[in-house]
Amino acid sequence: MSTKPWNRGRIKRLLPGAFFLPHLVIFGVFFVFPFFYGLLISFFDWHMFIPEQREFIGFDNYVKILFDSESIYYRYFWNGLKNTFTFVVLSVPPLVITPFILALLMNVEPKGYKMFRAIFYLPNLFSIATLVLIWRWVLNTNVGILNLTLSEVGVENIPWLSKQPFAWFSLVLMTVWWTIGANMIIFTASLKEVPDNLYEASDLEGANTWQKIRYITLPSIKNQLIYITIMTTIASFNVFGQPQLATEGGPEESTTVLMMYIRNIAFGGGRPDPGVASAMAIMLGLLMILISVIQVKIIKRLSD
Amino acid sequence: MGIKAIEDKKKRRSFIALTIVSFFWVLPIIWVVSTSFKTEAEAVSGSLNFIPEIFSLQSYRYIFTDDQHNIMHYVWNSFRAAGLHTVLYLVIVSLAAYAYGIMRWKGRDKMFWLLVSTMMIPVVMNLIPLYSLMIAFDWLNSLEALVIPSLGGVFGIFLLRQFNLGIPGEVLESARVDGANHFQIYFRIVLPLTKPALVVVGLFAFMTNWNEYLWPLIVLNDDTYRTLPVGLALIQGNYNIYYSRLMAATVISMIPVLALFMSAQRFFIKGISMTGVKQ
Repeated sequence: MSTKPWNRGRIKRLLPGAFFLPHLVIFGVFFVFPFFYGLLISFFDWHMFIPEQREFIGFDNYVKILFDSESIYYRYFWNGLKNTFTFVVLSVPPLVITPFILALLMNVEPKGYKMFRAIFYLPNLFSIATLVLIWRWVLNTNVGILNLTLSEVGVENIPWLSKQPFAWFSLVLMTVWWTIGANMIIFTASLKEVPDNLYEASDLEGANTWQKIRYITLPSIKNQLIYITIMTTIASFNVFGQPQLATEGGPEESTTVLMMYIRNIAFGGGRPDPGVASAMAIMLGLLMILISVIQVKIIKRLSD
Repeated sequence: MGIKAIEDKKKRRSFIALTIVSFFWVLPIIWVVSTSFKTEAEAVSGSLNFIPEIFSLQSYRYIFTDDQHNIMHYVWNSFRAAGLHTVLYLVIVSLAAYAYGIMRWKGRDKMFWLLVSTMMIPVVMNLIPLYSLMIAFDWLNSLEALVIPSLGGVFGIFLLRQFNLGIPGEVLESARVDGANHFQIYFRIVLPLTKPALVVVGLFAFMTNWNEYLWPLIVLNDDTYRTLPVGLALIQGNYNIYYSRLMAATVISMIPVLALFMSAQRFFIKGISMTGVKQ
């Protein structure tokens, strides 16, 4: 082959591109571009299918959802945000604490711990639709196994999905059942990394279990704790399928979370308003980033 | 008490606690399976029997022959979309991970960390513009919409690059001395050496795509490409109070995932541990 030296040099310089470009192109088209396009949409009275009717309206969509108490979107936004927040506040503590406790139990490697690990992790692989079908049946008011069992001990049928506060309880319960397996595995892996001699030293000083957890375990797994708390919080902010399918947003829109409003406003029946929905999505996104940053700060300070 | 005795006591106590808690994880599933083999009448009779009085396959027969919303059609659709997505994703991210982990070029690490930092941006911000893009591409109600946009995911590159960085420099150097070019090194050395990581990335890509709910709900509007989670949600409305049928459909939806989990459990566990520990 007669490749000239300068030619070979140029090929060499361009070669990395051959490896990363397929990804970068797709990333650019389906991630970077939509990100900026979404910002643009939020400043428009947007029509998905009729480009001629699109109209630039500045901050109107934001004003509408944030301040205009006359607007229906104002009510949707704040009610959705309140409900999403409620779910985050109710779900994140059990979603972090339950797997931590399970990981502590698992860490002494009792008989069959691998089987337990598999059992707790398995539901994680189910889709949201499978999850909700299982739990709607378990929580069925008249013939669900939970109410049937409770009635054996004299408790009257509880409307788990159609009355508050049971509806929130049920949504959190099924989410715990569904997702804690992953957090548990991360905790288990990180507990293994804590040096044994730290515990031995604290035994000599007569520390009790709680003190050991507070002063040895938690500081040692700080990074994983931050990771888990943030990922869990973000996942909870994104909640959509559980209330959409299990409670259908009820009772009385008390579990209609912001993602449900965003979807309905952007893609639902009637006159969709993607501009307003985009503004809502951007506010939700910014809020999620803000809260992640605050969480890192708080957890770092607490465990130092 | 000696240390051994204390250890044993700890193990016993933890075993008992885990047994009790795991009941709450297993019972709902057993109850669902049990209901699926009951007659509709027995399913709503309010009895706490785990073993059906009349063992019936009626519900399964019904859902398999349902020609309005057939569950096997949804299973196949999900399998096709997730399978296609996984294969393409593995090719694309393993190539990219080679560029970011093995090759040396100016600005490599800067660009990589820029990519990784975009993982902070919440998905919800992209939903509506991405839909608009699907309209522009004429991809509504298509297989492309299910398979392609998510190929831009960065997580797989992140994981594979970690593995690539762990390949000893001498191995790569000696291949280079032997006259291998980058494509040969990628195929003959890097891919075989990172096989476990590829399996992990593939499994997670498959599961994520398989379980996706919101996106297919938005971009599909008939049964042609409709995937299992969305189809199952439709079935929920369609079968209404036929609980035995509903539970039969639920069982069917669990089986593929269960099979995958049984055959690749250690990869799942490994993958999850890695996401949390290596950062």
